[in-house]
Amino acid sequence: MSEAKKLPAPVTNPETKAFWDAATEGKFLIKRCTACGEAHYFPRSICPFCFSDHTVWEQSAGEGEIYTFSIMRKSPTGPYAIGYVTLKEGPSLQTNFVDCDFDALKIGQKVKVVFKPTDGAPLPFFTPV
Amino acid sequence: MTIKGKAYIAGIYEHPTRHAPDKSTAQLHAEVAKGALEDAGLSAADVDGYFCAGDAPGGAWPMVDYLGLKVRHIDSTETGGCSYLIHVGHAAEAIAAGKCSIALITLAGKPRTGPMPPRAAGAEADFEMAYGATTHNAYGMCAMRHMHDYGTTSEQLAWIKVAASHHAQYNPHAMLKEVVTVEDVINSPMISDPLHRMDCCVVTDGGGALIVTTPEIAKSLKKPLVRLIGHGEAMKGPRGGKDLDLTYSAGVWSGPRAFEEAGITPKDIKYASIYDSFTITVLMQLEDLGFCRKGEGGKFVADGNLISGVGKLPFNTDGGGLCSNHPVNRGGMTKVIEAVRQLRGEAHPKVQVQNCDLAIAHGTGGLLGVRHAASTCILERV
Repeated sequence: MSEAKKLPAPVTNPETKAFWDAATEGKFLIKRCTACGEAHYFPRSICPFCFSDHTVWEQSAGEGEIYTFSIMRKSPTGPYAIGYVTLKEGPSLQTNFVDCDFDALKIGQKVKVVFKPTDGAPLPFFTPV
Repeated sequence: MTIKGKAYIAGIYEHPTRHAPDKSTAQLHAEVAKGALEDAGLSAADVDGYFCAGDAPGGAWPMVDYLGLKVRHIDSTETGGCSYLIHVGHAAEAIAAGKCSIALITLAGKPRTGPMPPRAAGAEADFEMAYGATTHNAYGMCAMRHMHDYGTTSEQLAWIKVAASHHAQYNPHAMLKEVVTVEDVINSPMISDPLHRMDCCVVTDGGGALIVTTPEIAKSLKKPLVRLIGHGEAMKGPRGGKDLDLTYSAGVWSGPRAFEEAGITPKDIKYASIYDSFTITVLMQLEDLGFCRKGEGGKFVADGNLISGVGKLPFNTDGGGLCSNHPVNRGGMTKVIEAVRQLRGEAHPKVQVQNCDLAIAHGTGGLLGVRHAASTCILERV
C-alpha cells in the first residue's frame, strides 16, 4: 500500500510572495523583463537573460504543451508523472501531470494549470486539456 | 596560460568495499587517502593541498584536521558526482600557480548502508521540490525526449549496460559481475519511463582518492607517468525556462574546452571513462563530447562498440557505475581512477587497451534533466 503524498507548503520569500498570493486566488503568474522582453520561470527579481532589474509580474494563461515526462513507477507514495511544460508565453517549467491516465501521456500534448491545496499557498500542477 | 602538462596523477586508490556498515564515513576517507598515498609512494606529511566535496563529513576543515594534514591550499568545490573531475583541474591550476605541490582528493560515503542527507535547497525549491525530481526520473525525462527527437531506442541504451557488464566480469570487486544481454535489460522492471532497472547504476558504499602533483615530483616516483593535458568544466540548467533542451548536457562546453587545451580531438582517444549513472547519461555525453554527432549516440553505442577488444571506443573497463561501483552516488572519482589504470597499463589484461596513451575521464553532477555540472579531463601517458 502506498500512502497519499502530502504536498509541502511553499516556504515563500519576499522575492516570490506575489506569486504565492496570486496562486491563492487561482492566478498563475510568470515574470517578464521589460528591458529585453523575455518571460521567465521560476520568478526572479533580476532577469536571467539580460540581468536587468526591470522585471514585472504577468498573469499566464496557464496553458502549454508537454516537453517531456517520466512516470516514476517506484515510489513509496505511488506512481507519479514528472515532466516539463512549455507555456504559451515561452518559458518551460518543471511540474507533475495530475488527474490523468499516466500511460496516455504524450510529448506535445496540450495541458493547463490546476492548483492543489497545501497547508499554505496552493501549488501549480498541470493536467491534459 | 594553460595547465597542459603541469600536473601529474601520481596516486590512485579505489576502495574495494561496496558495503561498509562497520565503518564511519570519515574512516573511509582516511582509508582511501592512505591507499592513494601508498600507491604514489608518498606519505600524509607530504600533502600540502586538500580537495573534497559534499560527501566529506563537515567539509574541508574537519577533514583536514581529522586526517592530520598540514595544507596550504584547500578546495571544496561541490558539483555532485563530477566534483572530483573538477578537483583534478583545480589541483592542476593550484600546482601550476605554485599554491601546492602534492594535492590529495578524496571521496567516500555509505549510501548502501543508509540514506544520504538531503542537499541544501536552492532558490528554485518552492517551484520544484514538490514535484519529486529524483535521479531516476530526471534522467528518464532526458531519455524520453532524446527518443522523441532522435528515435533513440531502449535496445540501443541497453547496449551500454551490456558493454559495462562484459567488462565487470573481470573485476573481482564489481558489485554485478554477470554478463547481461540487451533482452535482459529491456525485460528488467520499468523504474521511471523509459529507464529500466538495468539502465540504472548500482548503489554502493566506498570511495576513492587521487594524488595530483608536479612533473618533478611525479618523475621522482616509481609509477608510470600520467599527466593532465586538458580540462574543462561547465554548468547547465533550465535558466528561466527559455529554449529548454534536455537532449544535451554541459559536456558540450566542458568537452571542447578540454580537447582544445589538450590539442587533440575525440578521434585520438584510446580509452574513455564516461559517467554512467544511467545508460542515457553515457549516450548523451558521448554525443556532447564529439565521439559522434548529436542524435547518433544510439547507433554509436550499439553492437558492442563500447566493449574493449570488440568496439572502436572501449569505455568503463572496470564495469563502471552500471556494474562495478558508484560510491556515494558520485561517479567522477572512479572515472579518473580507471582512466589512470588504463594509461599505466594496470587495467585487467582482458580489458586493457593496447598502446593506451590518451584517455578521457568525463562526468556530470547533479540532475541531467534539471540542473547539473560537467567536467572533462584529458589524460596522457608520458
